[in-house]
Amino acid sequence: MIGFIAWRLLQAIPLLIGVSLIAFGLMHLAPGGPLAVYTLNPSIQAQDIERVKIIFGLDQPIYVQYLKWASGIFSGNWGYTFFGGRPVLGVILERLPATMLLMGSALSVAIVLGLSIGVLGAVKRYSVFDVLATSGALFALSFPTFWFGLMAIFVFAIQLRWLPSGGMWELGEEGNIISLLQHLVLPTLVLALVITATWSRYSRSAFLEVMQQDYMRTARAKGLPPAARLMRHAFPNAAKPLIALLGVELPFLFSGALVTETIFGWPGMGRLFVDALNMKEYPILMGMMMFTAIFVIIGNLLADLAIAVIDPRVRLR
Amino acid sequence: MNVTAVASESQAGRIWTRFRQHRLALAGGLVVALLLASALFAPLLAPQDPTLLDTALRFRPPFADWALPLGTDELGRDTLSRLLYGGRVSLTVGLVAMVTTVVTGAVIGIAAGFLGGLVDNLLMRFVDTMLCFPQVFLLLVVAAFVPPTLLSISLVIGLTSWMEVSRIVRAEILHLKEQDFVAAARALGASRARIMFRELLPNAAAPILVAATLKVASAVLMESYISYLGYGVQPPLASWGNMLTNAQGYFDTVPWLAILPGAAITLTVMGFNFLGDGLRDALDPRLRMDP
Repeated sequence: MIGFIAWRLLQAIPLLIGVSLIAFGLMHLAPGGPLAVYTLNPSIQAQDIERVKIIFGLDQPIYVQYLKWASGIFSGNWGYTFFGGRPVLGVILERLPATMLLMGSALSVAIVLGLSIGVLGAVKRYSVFDVLATSGALFALSFPTFWFGLMAIFVFAIQLRWLPSGGMWELGEEGNIISLLQHLVLPTLVLALVITATWSRYSRSAFLEVMQQDYMRTARAKGLPPAARLMRHAFPNAAKPLIALLGVELPFLFSGALVTETIFGWPGMGRLFVDALNMKEYPILMGMMMFTAIFVIIGNLLADLAIAVIDPRVRLR
Repeated sequence: MNVTAVASESQAGRIWTRFRQHRLALAGGLVVALLLASALFAPLLAPQDPTLLDTALRFRPPFADWALPLGTDELGRDTLSRLLYGGRVSLTVGLVAMVTTVVTGAVIGIAAGFLGGLVDNLLMRFVDTMLCFPQVFLLLVVAAFVPPTLLSISLVIGLTSWMEVSRIVRAEILHLKEQDFVAAARALGASRARIMFRELLPNAAAPILVAATLKVASAVLMESYISYLGYGVQPPLASWGNMLTNAQGYFDTVPWLAILPGAAITLTVMGFNFLGDGLRDALDPRLRMDP
């Protein structure tokens, strides 16, 4: 097991280098470099741009800039923002809890709902419920997240006035947990929709596959009740592809969170990204690309390890 | 000669029979056909020039007036005409992005699968690396740099979403290259390029076609995301995504302006998704979601 963990960690290193190269490269491939936008601004003079270049080290050769930035990542120095000169990692971490709360609650809702729908569909295959659920899932996957969000705001916030239309707290109620939960409902619903659909599809096909296996027939032949067959025999075997899905889905979750946060004014990392994009805050954008990618790599690593714990055969490969 | 003709005909027949049983896929195909036709014939179908302003006729509700069947927006532009022309833009971006995705994904997938070894290793690690980034993040960063034209938007979407296609194609090639017909082609002295693109590629057509259909759906969705966030198709050119952004400002008073383009996006994405799902079941029963 320790060998397996060490091997998987080693495999993550080239991935990290690749990720940092792409994140850095994208920012510097921009025509004119990171400061190009300022050359178009008439109120900024050429010598100001030169000065800024030197302050941010943008006058140095590109590989020196990359090495400085990449080595800073490991020592916790992720660079400083153009505006205000704040440490990038601090700016990102400040937004992390809001995003984690949103992603966590959406993922929990989606897993519980999606898994139940998928398992029920697999058990009652080709029933009315199953047909409705499978086509409903494809229907949900076709919804543009932001449109679904706008519709949800229109119905629940503007027409029915049940829930707030955006933000994280009511003004002056920061820290009030009831207010937070009220603000969390709609974004969670919107972000959970697509993930629920994916989960119901994958869990349905994972369970259908498992239920055709010989050991399921044996369990049935020896007289185990359906609930025991499902929980003791089907579930652990169907869990493997679903845990893998958890790792694979992380980037989608971040993409969805970005759109959801933009619609609802949720002060998380997605909003930070869009704001940084509008202000051309390259250090934040590079940091965000790096941060999400590291998050995804760790997520996939954990998923692989969890699978290896469940299934000893994986470790032998 | 006759034998092959009969065999291929019956195979096409079998595929068509399987596809026909999938009623939602048929409906999806119909929706896609209607959307493509409406985009193609937009100049004939549109009641007005989509950029024609008439501030005397702002915010007309739908179905109130036969000359403006779906009402008007904040500048008095006809919504139906804008939807039709916007559909042209959205579908063009969707199709060009799909071609970019499929060509890039297929070339990389074939090269990795057929050449193997170091090439395979490097290409697949590159794919792994690209997949670490959330697609919307990658898309927005690149879209913010390049001047937003229809072509550049399509290319940016295509070049940030080919990774799954390359994995699908590679897996298919790994399976195909062990088959006898490849050995036969090699024995006849075919070059590697010929084997890759004339022997292997046509045999991998089924999963590529399915992926292509589903990619149109996701490209239309991606176009609407980046247009919604202001980095996609720029006004006055209408796309469904930027129509929605416009409508957001008047959302609490004139909701239909937001409902209509969103419904158009959903319908399009759904049409291609159902079509792709049905094609997958019909072309290759091995790939079914429903084992």
